[in-house]
Amino acid sequence: MTYDLTRRLVLGGLSGGLAVAALPAAAISSAEAEVLVQRVVADINAVINSGKSERAMYADFERIFRRYGDVGVIARATLGPDARRASRAQMREFSEAFAGYLARKYGKRFREFVGGQVTVMGARQVKNYSEVFTTVNLRGQSPFEVRFRVSDRSGKDLFFDMVIEGISLGKTERTEIGALLDRNRGDIDAMIAALKTRG
Amino acid sequence: MTTTFPSRAVLLGLILGLAACSVPDGPVDVHDPYETRNRKVHEFNKGLDRSVVRPVARAYGTAVPQPVRAGVANFADYLDTPKYILNDVAQGNGRDAVHNVFRFAFNTVFGFGVLDPATEAGLERRSTGFGETLYVWGVPEGAYLEAPVFGPSTERDTAGRIVDIVTNPVSYVLEDEAAAIPIVAGALTGLNARYEFGDTIDSVLYESADSYAQTRSIYLQNRRFELGQETDDFDFDPYEDFE
Repeated sequence: MTYDLTRRLVLGGLSGGLAVAALPAAAISSAEAEVLVQRVVADINAVINSGKSERAMYADFERIFRRYGDVGVIARATLGPDARRASRAQMREFSEAFAGYLARKYGKRFREFVGGQVTVMGARQVKNYSEVFTTVNLRGQSPFEVRFRVSDRSGKDLFFDMVIEGISLGKTERTEIGALLDRNRGDIDAMIAALKTRG
Repeated sequence: MTTTFPSRAVLLGLILGLAACSVPDGPVDVHDPYETRNRKVHEFNKGLDRSVVRPVARAYGTAVPQPVRAGVANFADYLDTPKYILNDVAQGNGRDAVHNVFRFAFNTVFGFGVLDPATEAGLERRSTGFGETLYVWGVPEGAYLEAPVFGPSTERDTAGRIVDIVTNPVSYVLEDEAAAIPIVAGALTGLNARYEFGDTIDSVLYESADSYAQTRSIYLQNRRFELGQETDDFDFDPYEDFE
């Protein structure tokens, strides 16, 4: 069973409320997006070849994620409509817990990348964001594709989704966070506490 | 293979009927009207994985050296290549048909079926099957299905898998005991994948808050990606509600 689910398995969100006045859409160019992802990839390559301990690598991944990713927006979106009933303090705590959880969960996967190479292949404009294509070459495996989706809709160039062979981190985590909330009978605080022990 | 032609035609008709059976009213990301039954099958599959598949895969992965396992996987792919060619033709994809003909010839001569020098020569693996052919022909995805043993699928892909088994050219060439060879090679390739990607599969099956929903989401996203199916409407856009 599930043999089709291979290394591609990784990542995956719905938007909460909070209407903000529409900013004039000066969408990020694919060239700018590519520059951002070049930096992300260089940082990831440095971590996976640093020879550091696993725990130290998780901390590094979390820093990369916070620096180049739109963490608050991604976190809110994975919570979906439930974000509307969360307090400001709960959202802050959830966002923190979410960043740590992702670093642990995907840090474990990146560990398999040690000795491998991530290469930026190009970028394209999609609607109001840019998509940057990268190829991951791991020893003894066929190369696979990872796309970074980058937007400046937060006011800064940041990535808001990562898509591994079609599997979106935002979508996958939206499903997971929703399930975790259900498991905790809709109690946001309990869900946050559980999230801290996961990944 | 002793199946007679009429029964095969009847089977094909049934399959095409099945592939056309469940279509959602409007566009939805996940169409899962059989969720209750699917979840039961999922629990069965998890039990099977825990008690049989995972331990056997571990034993296989540890006892058999990697190059041998890779050779078996290459051989399974090699035996599937005539099926890829047949489907490339059915899809009207001449490029891939030619690619796979050369790949098959190259690996026959220089790889004896168990090595894969074709990939080095730029003729990488391009697998396909009748599920993809149905997609190319315009058959809708249908409902999500989790099949016992085989795992996540859709109605369209389940129909495809059955047709693939019935029409695989190799099974008409191999007779008697030899007919079991592709099945054994395929099963071992599956075990190898369970071993090679063990941590990732474990994390989805045993560490998710809802392993059924995770498996379904991951399978559908990846399958649509493989097919090049348009999914834009359901992409993750966390800014949507901010605008």
